[in-house]
Amino acid sequence: MSLSEIRNITAGRGKGSPRPLPSWAVRALSLLALLVFWVALAWAKADPMVLPGPQIVLPRILSEAASGELWVHLGATLWRVVQAFAAAMSLGLLLGLVMGLSPTLNRWLDPWLVVFLNLPALVVIVLCFLWIGLNETAAIVAVAINKIPLVTAMMREGARALNGPLGDMAQVFNMSAYARLRHIVLPQLAPHLAATARAGLSLIWKIVLVVEFLGRGQGVGFKIHLHFQMFDVTMVMVYALSFVAVMLAIETLILQPLENRARRWRDA
Amino acid sequence: MSLHVAIRSKRFGETHILRDLVFQVAPGEVLAVLGPSGVGKSTLLRLIAGLDTDYVGQIRRTGRLAMVFQEPVLMPWRSARDNLRLTTGVSADQAEAALARVGLSGKGGLFPGQLSLGQQRRLSLARAYAARPDILLLDEPFVSLDPALVEDMLALTESVIAEQRPATVFVTHAQAEADRLATRQMKLQAPAQAVTAQGA
Repeated sequence: MSLSEIRNITAGRGKGSPRPLPSWAVRALSLLALLVFWVALAWAKADPMVLPGPQIVLPRILSEAASGELWVHLGATLWRVVQAFAAAMSLGLLLGLVMGLSPTLNRWLDPWLVVFLNLPALVVIVLCFLWIGLNETAAIVAVAINKIPLVTAMMREGARALNGPLGDMAQVFNMSAYARLRHIVLPQLAPHLAATARAGLSLIWKIVLVVEFLGRGQGVGFKIHLHFQMFDVTMVMVYALSFVAVMLAIETLILQPLENRARRWRDA
Repeated sequence: MSLHVAIRSKRFGETHILRDLVFQVAPGEVLAVLGPSGVGKSTLLRLIAGLDTDYVGQIRRTGRLAMVFQEPVLMPWRSARDNLRLTTGVSADQAEAALARVGLSGKGGLFPGQLSLGQQRRLSLARAYAARPDILLLDEPFVSLDPALVEDMLALTESVIAEQRPATVFVTHAQAEADRLATRQMKLQAPAQAVTAQGA
């Protein structure tokens, strides 16, 4: 093959290369592949008591939804996730900003952060139930305490990377504290906030489930506990997968559009 | 008098950057501050702006302050119009008028990243002028611009200073720029401040 032929082939490949799939299509195909993987595993195991396939689990999800039972427990868990998420994000953001902007406070508070980062979630949950009681407040506080240190650590990194000249500009033009926070600080923290929110939600709902498993009478974790005691794997999967679907919807319908809006200026 | 500066000493560690520096700038006056790199010109502006308060002496300034930095220092996530509105408190219409004044008509909706460097510099100037400052600090605002653009910006700055009459401190390396804008000139000399000031 001559050199010119090789060149022609290379050019031909460039022209004919397929356009990349849109991200929603990749997402759908990826989830479909996961479903196929599940079918294959269930088929290989061949025991619905241990691993039921989607053809068994999906009708049960529909029947639970039709009876209204599914919504009650999804709603209870989602409400706990929302409350714990709001508390952890706002307190973590505040602490992270303070620690990121004040080296002195950071020196004093950093050992605390390390201690709380390494406190096992289960210990916090048990202690909150023992100290506060088996109630809703204890559940929310336990989840929030588990999450605040991670949000603080991530926001501290964001605050440390804040742009100095923009801060100077805001000071020279005498921008109010609120205006600085909204137009100077938060836009710079947006990528950190988005990453923290995403990591936070996935962590928080898992901790909420443990809390419900241990000490609540309603919610996905409670139902999983109930069906675990009866060794009903299908129902455990019904509730777990339903809530995964809820979180996937939150990610797709709320978090991603918010993130896209925040990074509009980068793509302009 | 809008600006009184009486700096006895400004040090970074053991190094004296500024020493025994006393001057005043009246409304409508433009004081050019010249001198080699590292002599403390930008430090002087930071002290006047209140961005650095670690010095011995006294600086008194009255009224609104605006500054044009060496870099444009814009909020990249806000439109050109909002960069003016949010920092100076002007209305959207006033912001558009300020943009038109610096030749950025119709670009109010663009983000700074969509503007050329020259346009970003103009936007930075427009922000300072839109603030209608009583004290205007210019920190080498024309550095690294091509000569045509420098001329353009100088003319613009000249006309706005004539119109708004702020007390202006103008840090520059370029004698020609100082001669063009300044009513007085001051040369800072290393190591520690022999200061000469002359009337224009």
